[in-house]
Formats: sequence, C-alpha cells, structure tokens
Amino acid sequence: MSNPNQLRYTKEHEWLSAAEDGVATVGITEFAANALGDVVFAQLPEVGDTVTAGETCGELESTKSVSDLYSPVTGEVVAANQDVVDDPSLVNTAPFEGGWLFKVRVTGEPDELLSADEYTAFSETGN
Amino acid sequence: MSTAPRLTALDALHRSLGATMTDFAGWDMPLRYGSERDEHNAVRTRAGLFDLSHMGEITVTGPQAVELLDHALVGNISTVGVGRARYTMICREDGGILDDLIVYRLDEAEDASPRYMVVANASNAQVVLDALTERAAGFDAEVRDDRDAYALIAVQGPESPGILKSLTDADLDGLKYYAGLPGTVAGVPALIARTGYTGEDGFELFLKPEHAEGVWKALTEAGEGVGLIPCGLSCRDTLRLEAGMPLYGHELTTALTPFDAGLGRVVKFEKTTNGGRFVGREALEKAAERAETAPPRKLVGLIAEGRRVPRAGMSVVKDGEVVGEVTSGAPSPTLGKPIAMAYVDAAHAAPGTQGVGVDIRGTHEPYEVVALPFYKRQK
Repeated sequence: MSNPNQLRYTKEHEWLSAAEDGVATVGITEFAANALGDVVFAQLPEVGDTVTAGETCGELESTKSVSDLYSPVTGEVVAANQDVVDDPSLVNTAPFEGGWLFKVRVTGEPDELLSADEYTAFSETGN
Repeated sequence: MSTAPRLTALDALHRSLGATMTDFAGWDMPLRYGSERDEHNAVRTRAGLFDLSHMGEITVTGPQAVELLDHALVGNISTVGVGRARYTMICREDGGILDDLIVYRLDEAEDASPRYMVVANASNAQVVLDALTERAAGFDAEVRDDRDAYALIAVQGPESPGILKSLTDADLDGLKYYAGLPGTVAGVPALIARTGYTGEDGFELFLKPEHAEGVWKALTEAGEGVGLIPCGLSCRDTLRLEAGMPLYGHELTTALTPFDAGLGRVVKFEKTTNGGRFVGREALEKAAERAETAPPRKLVGLIAEGRRVPRAGMSVVKDGEVVGEVTSGAPSPTLGKPIAMAYVDAAHAAPGTQGVGVDIRGTHEPYEVVALPFYKRQK
C-alpha cells in the first residue's frame, strides 16, 4: 500500500490534507482500515463540534472491534462525510478518497505530524 | 515452554494468499483473507474453505472405549453407530462445562474393538486430554493425543457437496448430517465428516498434515467456478453466531452447566452404561431441576435497533438495572444489523420483552429479545 505524499499523518493512523482556505480533510489510513477489517459503523463528529488535536472525536466499529477516532488537529468541524455514515465500507475501499471522515477549519495543529515516508516507516515497524 | 505460536500445515499457503493472521489458542491462524463480510456471504450463498487444523483430535480405543466415554462425557455414546457423530460435552464433577465436543465413531480397530475420535476446541484440547486420561483409570481403553496427526480442512456452504463430489469416491449423498466415513479426497485418504460450525451444509476433512496443501489446492480449483473462497476465523465466528451455536469461553464456561446454557438436551440421564453413573451426574440432576423450576438466567438472542455493536462482557440493561451480560456480539452480515447472544435474567428473557438495552460505552442502546438462532438455512 502507498500513503499519498501530499498528506500528513499521525501515529493514531489518521491522515490530514493540506488546508485549503483554512479547511483540512481528515480520514484514516489504508493501514488502519486493513487492520480494522470491514467497518460497519462510523460515529463522526458533527458540524459545529470543536475537535482537539490528539483527542477522541468519534468511533469506528468493525466486525471484531471498536476503535476511537482521534482528531489530528484542533478546530471546528465544517463537514462530516454522510456517504461514510450511510456506507461505512467506503473507509475500507477508498480510505484516502471517498472514505474521508470529516473536514476541520484548523485553528491549531501539533508539531509531530508525520510525512508519508515517516508514517510508512512507522506503520511498518511500529516506531 | 515455548511461546512461539504453532503453525498449521497450511501456514505458507495462507501467507501466499495474503491472509491477516491472528493468535488463536496458541496457534497462528487466518483471521481473514480479504473482507470478512464477503467471506461470510460466500459461505451462506456459495462455499467457503477453512483451515481448522487448530482443533484438538483425541483418539479413544480399546475394548472399553465406549464405557470410558459414557463415564467421562454427558452424552450417550453407546448409541452412536459406526460412521456417525455426536455433539456432546465434558463436564466437571460439579456440572461445570469443561468443553463441548464432537465424538466421531470410526470403523473398528483390527482387534474389533471400537475406535472414537473426540474433537475438542483448540483452547481446551489439553484440558480434555488430561480429563479423559484421568477418567480412563480402571477402563481397558487408551486415550491418545492425535493433535499432530491431523490437519482439518472444512468446506462449507450450499455449493460444498458439488465441489467435494468432484474430488472424492465417497458416497456423499448417503452421508447424512453428523456422519463421517473414510474415503479419498483428491487421491489421498481422509475422514470425511458432514459437520460444521456455520449453519450451512458442509464437510470437515481430517487428513494427514502432509496432504493438506494438495487437498486445499484441489478444493480451491474445484470450487473456482462456483464462487468458493478461502475464509478465516472472523467469518466463522459471525456464521456460528447467526446460527445460534455456542462458543466455549463465551456461552460455555466452567461456571455454567449444559442446562444453564439451554443445552440440557445433550445430557443423557437415561444412559445405562456403567450402571448409569457418569462424571457430573448428581450435580447435573440438580441443575436440570433448577433450570426447570427456577432458572437464574437464560441464553437469548438480541437484535439491535441501532447500528452500534454489542461486544462480549457488555451489560444488558432494563429500566436502569443490569439484567444480563452479552457473551458474543457482532454485526450480522445476513440480518444487516448488530446481533448478540446474552445471558439475561429469566424475567426479561422472553422473546419480545420490551425495553431491553445494551450498555455500549455508557449509552443504553435499544435491543429486541429474540429466540435463537438468528438464522436457519432453508433445506
């Protein structure tokens, strides 16, 4: 699997797009989607919610487990992906595209976001 | 003792198929190859291929093999004919379930004494082996650990008879559910059993480990045109859950008797071998009485009204009170909703009971109480 170069990543396996007009898109990586297995339910933050970098803001249920969703940045949620709510398998089939989760008007981001290469190394070796 | 996981004879093949592996009872087993939902649906509508080589085979032979088994197990093994199988349990003296088992009666040994194969859950194989060995004292019978003697491949689903038929000389039409006979599959000897843990028609093939890869490949090829795919333990769990089949460690534990689990029918008080005595009899008679007159909790099915998935250990609640505990839960591919098995106080266990919920991380999600199973195949 390849992690797109234009995105940045967290150690909780989220990705973050470059902000356009201050708004960035958040999803989970293909590595995370594969580890979860079939996603059957996505509880996403709602438009207007404030999310905080590194804190939980939703959950993803798969056949075997439930995982917390962490926000990679701080800001206000301006969109949640209704297509994923309706068909959570999009997270598995298109994690970097149609399976995006929410969009944030970014007010703060942590220093430790990873590049694609750094994240690939992290997800393959665990450090 | 080594902590390295045990590998089945098909390990290299699973890796070449890109399986996601998981540790299960000390074995490295395929969890899934692709989408577990696709694997589940393949077994319901076409066919799936499983490696179940982690299951624990124990051979019991000798002139008093049947006396030993009728003493050690709760079932009436003396009524199992050659070539037939029986679902049964092994209990402690206090009635607690040590494991659920399938006992296959094989053809007779050369000295004409009976032969049985007891198949235990991987997690309990050593416990069952130890208990049978201990209980064999005083009986002219031998208990042998045959875990390494067999690989076990299952082909399950409505297309499985047709797939297997193309590879065997055995009379599959004459092979009933819960029967097993020796035959050849893809040119090698196998015990062919019509058993499974999916709620579908299907077969379990006990083979020499060195033959497993060839048989797996032959079945894969034979099933290609009818949609057979390799399937992992993840979908095996959702298949058995939909079919209302208990899983040891979840619905069955040493703290429960077969009667507590709603499976009192496997206990045969009427058996006459050894004067009707068997391990656990007295405790089980009391458990039967209690289940009849004042059952504490009952095993029920729960179907979600929402989409959050119940998991083992979560509380079942009603009017703010805890009235039970989820033992297994998963999103059901067939029903399209989360389902669970749970032990629920008898007062709230009737199908259709209103106002029951599951506490999912602090939120009481509404659930409907239903009778098991969730799914029954059309015959």
